[in-house]
Amino acid sequence: MAVDSNPNGVPYTLKAKDFATDQDVRWCPGCGDYSILKQVQTVLADLGKQPHETVFVSGIGCSSRFPYYMETYGMHSIHGRAPAFASGLKIANPNLSVWVITGDGDGLSIGGNHFMHLLRRNFDVNLLLFNNQIYGLTKGQYSPTSEEHKKSPSTPFGSIDHPVNPIALALGSDATFVARSMDRDPKHLKDMLARADAHRGTSLLEIYQNCNIFNDGAFEVFTEKASKPDTALMLEQGQPLVFGNENEKGVRLDGFTPRVVSLTSGEFTKNDLWVHDETDQLKANILARFFDNPSVNPAAMPRPFGVFYQTERPCYEEQLHQQLDTIVSNLGEGDLDKLLAGGSTWEIK
Amino acid sequence: METLTQEKQAVIIKFAGDSGDGMQLTGGLFTDDTAISGSDLATFPDFPAEIRAPIGTVAGVSGFQLHFGSQRIYTPGDRFDVLVAMNAAALKVNIKSVKKGGTIILSEDGFDSKNLRLAKYDEDKNPLEDNTLEGFEVIKIPVTKLTREAISESSLGTKEKDRCKNMFVLGFLLWRYSRSMDTTLKFLNAKFKSKPEILDANHKALMAGYHLGDTMELSSERYVVKPAELAPGKYRSIMGNDALVLGLITASKKLGLPLFYGSYPITPASSILHALSKQKNFGVRTFQAEDEIAAVSSAIGASYGGSLGITGTSGPGLALKGEAMGLAVMLELPLVVIDVQRGGPSTGLPTKTEQSDLLQALYGRNGECPMPVVSCSKPSDCFEVAMEACRIAVQHMTPVVLLSDGYIANGAEPWRFPKASDIPEMKVSFAKQHEDGSHFMPYQRDEKLARQWAVPGTPGLLHRVGGIEKEDVTGNISYDPANHEHMVKTRERKVEMIADYIPVQKIESGHESGDILILGWGSTYGVCEAVTHSLTELGYKVGHAHLRYLRPFPRNLEELMKHFDKIVIPEINNGQLVKVIRDKFLLPAIPFNKIQGTPIAHEDLFDFVVNLLK
Repeated sequence: MAVDSNPNGVPYTLKAKDFATDQDVRWCPGCGDYSILKQVQTVLADLGKQPHETVFVSGIGCSSRFPYYMETYGMHSIHGRAPAFASGLKIANPNLSVWVITGDGDGLSIGGNHFMHLLRRNFDVNLLLFNNQIYGLTKGQYSPTSEEHKKSPSTPFGSIDHPVNPIALALGSDATFVARSMDRDPKHLKDMLARADAHRGTSLLEIYQNCNIFNDGAFEVFTEKASKPDTALMLEQGQPLVFGNENEKGVRLDGFTPRVVSLTSGEFTKNDLWVHDETDQLKANILARFFDNPSVNPAAMPRPFGVFYQTERPCYEEQLHQQLDTIVSNLGEGDLDKLLAGGSTWEIK
Repeated sequence: METLTQEKQAVIIKFAGDSGDGMQLTGGLFTDDTAISGSDLATFPDFPAEIRAPIGTVAGVSGFQLHFGSQRIYTPGDRFDVLVAMNAAALKVNIKSVKKGGTIILSEDGFDSKNLRLAKYDEDKNPLEDNTLEGFEVIKIPVTKLTREAISESSLGTKEKDRCKNMFVLGFLLWRYSRSMDTTLKFLNAKFKSKPEILDANHKALMAGYHLGDTMELSSERYVVKPAELAPGKYRSIMGNDALVLGLITASKKLGLPLFYGSYPITPASSILHALSKQKNFGVRTFQAEDEIAAVSSAIGASYGGSLGITGTSGPGLALKGEAMGLAVMLELPLVVIDVQRGGPSTGLPTKTEQSDLLQALYGRNGECPMPVVSCSKPSDCFEVAMEACRIAVQHMTPVVLLSDGYIANGAEPWRFPKASDIPEMKVSFAKQHEDGSHFMPYQRDEKLARQWAVPGTPGLLHRVGGIEKEDVTGNISYDPANHEHMVKTRERKVEMIADYIPVQKIESGHESGDILILGWGSTYGVCEAVTHSLTELGYKVGHAHLRYLRPFPRNLEELMKHFDKIVIPEINNGQLVKVIRDKFLLPAIPFNKIQGTPIAHEDLFDFVVNLLK
């Protein structure tokens, strides 16, 4: 158990391992969750977080075991509802650093409703969506993010479900911070975790996470050295959208239509490309639609990773407390006797 | 014509009209005035589920029943002395419940051919002209016409003018029962402060109705109901849901905890959310969640964060909250779940009353999932029960179900309200960092078997909670078979031990031993009391006990029941408490059930018990 301050209340400098509990981590060997756990523990230490002011709230699923491994406060709640528990907690104590851990089944299927409402209300929490495109804990059924025709124990002849696009859903819910990363790129993941935490409001970070048991290699086209340069588009604020082994390809906006262009043919230079602007919601929506699977469609746009969109909007809990303060300062603290007496009274002697 | 004033001991009035006629307001204002005049009273609003059902039809009839008198009033009454019918449909629905020789006050304009057709009266059978009204005192008033005339100078449109009809009727009734218009005028002045034209029209309509009795030879009689002999003190009129709100806020203040109320709108619980959201200067945090599950989950989250977490709903919502309530049982955090019951199953009868969620409250969750259950017996009782639910939740670290119902929620009665300083503070304690640096054990228990409330943000108490079974004391995940059984038994024992911290069961009225015990819970309180009084006056050996605590039962309940030969359990359901009593005590309790969406009638229960006594 980490002691997070000495008797005088001065915080010790904490290391990543100080955020690890004494519990055995029970994910399958090789699971992408290990990498995410390590990066989260590292980032919390780097950011100087105090364990007692940090809370991890999760739902149900493999990823939702996360709080048991974090030496902070934690609640492993019920399936899909973690955003609602976190909302009540943030209203009770807005000063806590609250992290919601969810997966594609937990957050987008059973908890799809709460996902949307958390984002639109903009509570100041970090929402980490571990997307492995499969149900792991229940042994391999297809999930709402699984690709079409997915064969799984519940769809032996192939799924006929159309997958949800989490980034587009988040933008559609007016999320104020929308980003994507992957378990296989620790540096990028760490950067995105830090960005998510720095943002005031609900920060949605979708993390492509490999389930090596039930859906091994689901994202390898984006994560493996050989294919990654051609399929992954790393977004950087103010930088043109380039990709490819030698950065020889770029994305250009032709009206509202994005097109991949060659930077070697002489027709276009970097100056002709789409320059990434995180504050542009319209363009974020276009980027969110870079969603075709390059394994199926070789002409697919590259899959973006990084911050799609960020904007400032007051947080729910902040406004709630401001409203309370304003009312108290206008009307004064409530008088219980007046409240009990109500409007009209009479006396019996 | 000389007006005679007659004294009455008690009167039952039913105001009935179209949903849009403002009968709830008329009834409510007449009730306020009645309360201030010192009568004891009970009310029963009865309205359709549709906001605006088709105008003039039987489906659209909205009613408000008021029973008031100079004696103790226990129920809104079965049959009316006076029916106010604003249209043909209102008459059709209610005439069967008017006492023989009772008075029917009719708005004549509501009986034109269109209204008769909408009410589905046969064309040649106008009830004003055939023998329908024989045996009643009938007062016909052209309310629409007279209201329009009274405010003819107003620039309001006809539609708006006609909205003042209810004030005209109210004026007439205030006159008839020898009241002044002061209370109503005060209300109107406040309500229409910024709308002088509407205020003026309502004033004039009210006065025109009041003066009608004097100026027209319609009714020669006025009545007076003397004040009831109520205990000395300050009184106000109170409805059940409002009393719940006052109880919750008082508990929050006496506990020193901020109140969090997460809720999703549902009839008949929504008015709790409305009323609480007005009281923000008491630090009340209301959260209209996206659904019932988010509502209870947010309340649990708030409790986890050190607030007094509360959620409120009705039967269908309680079903949705079940899984999260189970989590609260596992987390052993304070939570109050209010269920204002309505007719079920499914959507059922949203605006009608029922007591059919008792078994759901007791057992409606997966696993062995014990929760304390308390219930309110009448509108004013909601105040104390709300405080008690909060006390149990916080001091015993457990979710608590509070059962009310639509009849209590919308019913009103006089309430001798307490002084805030007379209500004792309630103890609450939070876990603190161990001074010797030893590990905090989240599932270590005190003498009540309650664990400590360890709030995020507190140094030295880092721990994880969740829905997976945990090891005793440490709270670590545990799949150990013996530990699971131990934890199931411990959680149950914790709830059962609450019986050591609640009052013993009392006999409410009648005999302490004898032939029959009428054992009730919830909103049957009034009818159980009234029937017990009637029977004991006739010399029967009958007693009435009314349960506030449904889990755990008071320690002496078994002993108390054994003093009677028979136990009758009246319920507005198909027999739920009776099952629990039979199961727990192996006693042959006798059910008496009505499942018609309305309170149990005095004569029905009276006849049933008398038959058993024969």
